[in-house]
Amino acid sequence: MTRLSTVLLSASALALAALVAARLGPTVEPPAGPDLGVVAEVPSAAQAPAEALPAEVPAVEMATVQGGVYRPLYQTATGVAEVEVAPFALAVRPVTNAEFLAFARAHPDWRRSRVRPLFAEDGYLGHWAGDLALGDAPPQAPVVNVSWFAARAYAEWAGKRLPTTDEWEFAASASATQADGRADPDYARTILARYSRPTPNPLPDAGQGDPNVWGVRDLHGLVWEWTDDVASALVTADSRQSRDANSRRYCAAGAVGASDFEDYAAFLRYGFRGGLEARFAVPNLGFRLAADA
Amino acid sequence: MTRPILLTIAAVALTALLGLAAFRSGGDAPADGDAFASEITLPEIVGQEVAVLTEAPNVPPPITRDHATRVVVEMETVELTKELADGVEYTFWTFGGDVPGPFVRVREGDLVEFHLANADDSTVPHNIDLHAVTGTGGGAEISLVVPGHETAFEFRAIKPGLYVYHCATAPVGLHVANGMYGLILVEPAEGLPAVDKEFYIMQSEFYTAGRFNEPGLQPFDLEKAVDEEPEYVVFNGRVGSMTGENALRASVGETVRMYVGNGGPNLTSSFHVIGEMFDRVYGEGGTAVNQGNVQTTGVPAGGSTIVEFLLDTPGRYTLVDHALFRAFNKGAVGILEVTGDEHPEILRSTPDA
Repeated sequence: MTRLSTVLLSASALALAALVAARLGPTVEPPAGPDLGVVAEVPSAAQAPAEALPAEVPAVEMATVQGGVYRPLYQTATGVAEVEVAPFALAVRPVTNAEFLAFARAHPDWRRSRVRPLFAEDGYLGHWAGDLALGDAPPQAPVVNVSWFAARAYAEWAGKRLPTTDEWEFAASASATQADGRADPDYARTILARYSRPTPNPLPDAGQGDPNVWGVRDLHGLVWEWTDDVASALVTADSRQSRDANSRRYCAAGAVGASDFEDYAAFLRYGFRGGLEARFAVPNLGFRLAADA
Repeated sequence: MTRPILLTIAAVALTALLGLAAFRSGGDAPADGDAFASEITLPEIVGQEVAVLTEAPNVPPPITRDHATRVVVEMETVELTKELADGVEYTFWTFGGDVPGPFVRVREGDLVEFHLANADDSTVPHNIDLHAVTGTGGGAEISLVVPGHETAFEFRAIKPGLYVYHCATAPVGLHVANGMYGLILVEPAEGLPAVDKEFYIMQSEFYTAGRFNEPGLQPFDLEKAVDEEPEYVVFNGRVGSMTGENALRASVGETVRMYVGNGGPNLTSSFHVIGEMFDRVYGEGGTAVNQGNVQTTGVPAGGSTIVEFLLDTPGRYTLVDHALFRAFNKGAVGILEVTGDEHPEILRSTPDA
């Protein structure tokens, strides 16, 4: 791994760099790949800086997802067609505006005006009124316009992590009654019908959706969600392979190598992830927490 | 090596060369004469302009420039709910808020600077595959854009013709079925013959959960799409886009050119104007007029055609997909109202004869 302190130096004022140097926390390495070419130091969430306001880590109900064998929409980079997902815990709903506000109170580096451009683009928390003001953003609606870096930092602060793409997809393939609901035509129809409606503004509260068999809500139709390995889910290290992987983002090439040609919701998610960069802030992209079982 | 063998080799080589030469100037060559250009000469880019984009059935004005330029195209992908038929709503995914997307007109050799934004309130990412682009994905791979973001790319319009563009984000069928297509004309450097009226018409089909004309907001039906059994087959994005007050209008004696595209996603159109022949057809939207006096011309899904005709006599000319149940039961009907002097010598009623 290459340490890109130089990037920080060139990207920031020297004074800021000194501040950063004083605060270097654990190094976070984004997944390799053309979309996430940045390897840099993310401010540690473990030690709160001086301007931090007291804020408790919000409690969130975690559901236990029993593991199982999962067949991803595309083969993995190593050619594995089936993935074994170990049991894990997954938040029953996405992180909300109110919860993320608590994080911003505790961590000034992740406030809107303070976040470093390397870790979040313009538009980060753009639906809020200010650094610590939600404005018209409903407190219980899922937080959106957060970068992958910010989501990871929140998870670290909360003592948890983001789900992997395999974990997320495994949990999302459950219907109300089955661990794998994908064979049920109603499952696919219900999900697709949700995309037949425009994204509401403001977003509805999190946790209102029907629970799936694991007790997890809102995996479909509310917001898209970051996963821990979002880029490596499509991109492989080998350039020739990565070319093939990239081609899955568009046109009929997307059907090549897919395991289920009718899982249109999964195609939509893979398409969405293919368009992301780790610093992006997207108006309908949030995240939820996971933990080892 | 003996002399006969050398001669044989020379003869074989000569035959091969002649064969190659014959192929290069071949009888099956495209209309402009060259089988394949071995090298493309790119014209110098002079100046810059912003493309005029029009909503169907309107077409931007002909290009009068005699040189290539940089053309800036700004497009936004928008997801919105509006009427597919009276009382029937659908959430369309669009280029520019309309189905079909805007008509783009550039000149052969132009350098197109294409900006694609995806609206803040979009649900899904989008991109664009222009069939006028030479290169991977027709621009799709380098134009993928998530909601609230913008991307840009440049391409040289090296091949004249009338091309479909469409969103090609996975799952591509869904993006196209929801309305993401339009036409881009790469006008030949020498231009097209002058006509009095130009129209932009694009056929496509919609797969709704409710049957044809069932009121309310209709979700997309994947099963019907896979089975290629649409509830709606329409021109310009909705039932009635070119009927009643929206009918196309022209006068006797005028020449008309129709740029006709087919977004699909599945059906081939049997495009026909009831009561007219197409005097000239640029088959499949290519550069050559390959037929005259055509009654019905095929427009493949993801393809186009250009038809031209002189209006000899007044009347109401009905545009249809001549696969007739699409016209009479699914919406594929439009009207061209032609006014002017009667020409009984061409058509008249003779009840007393």
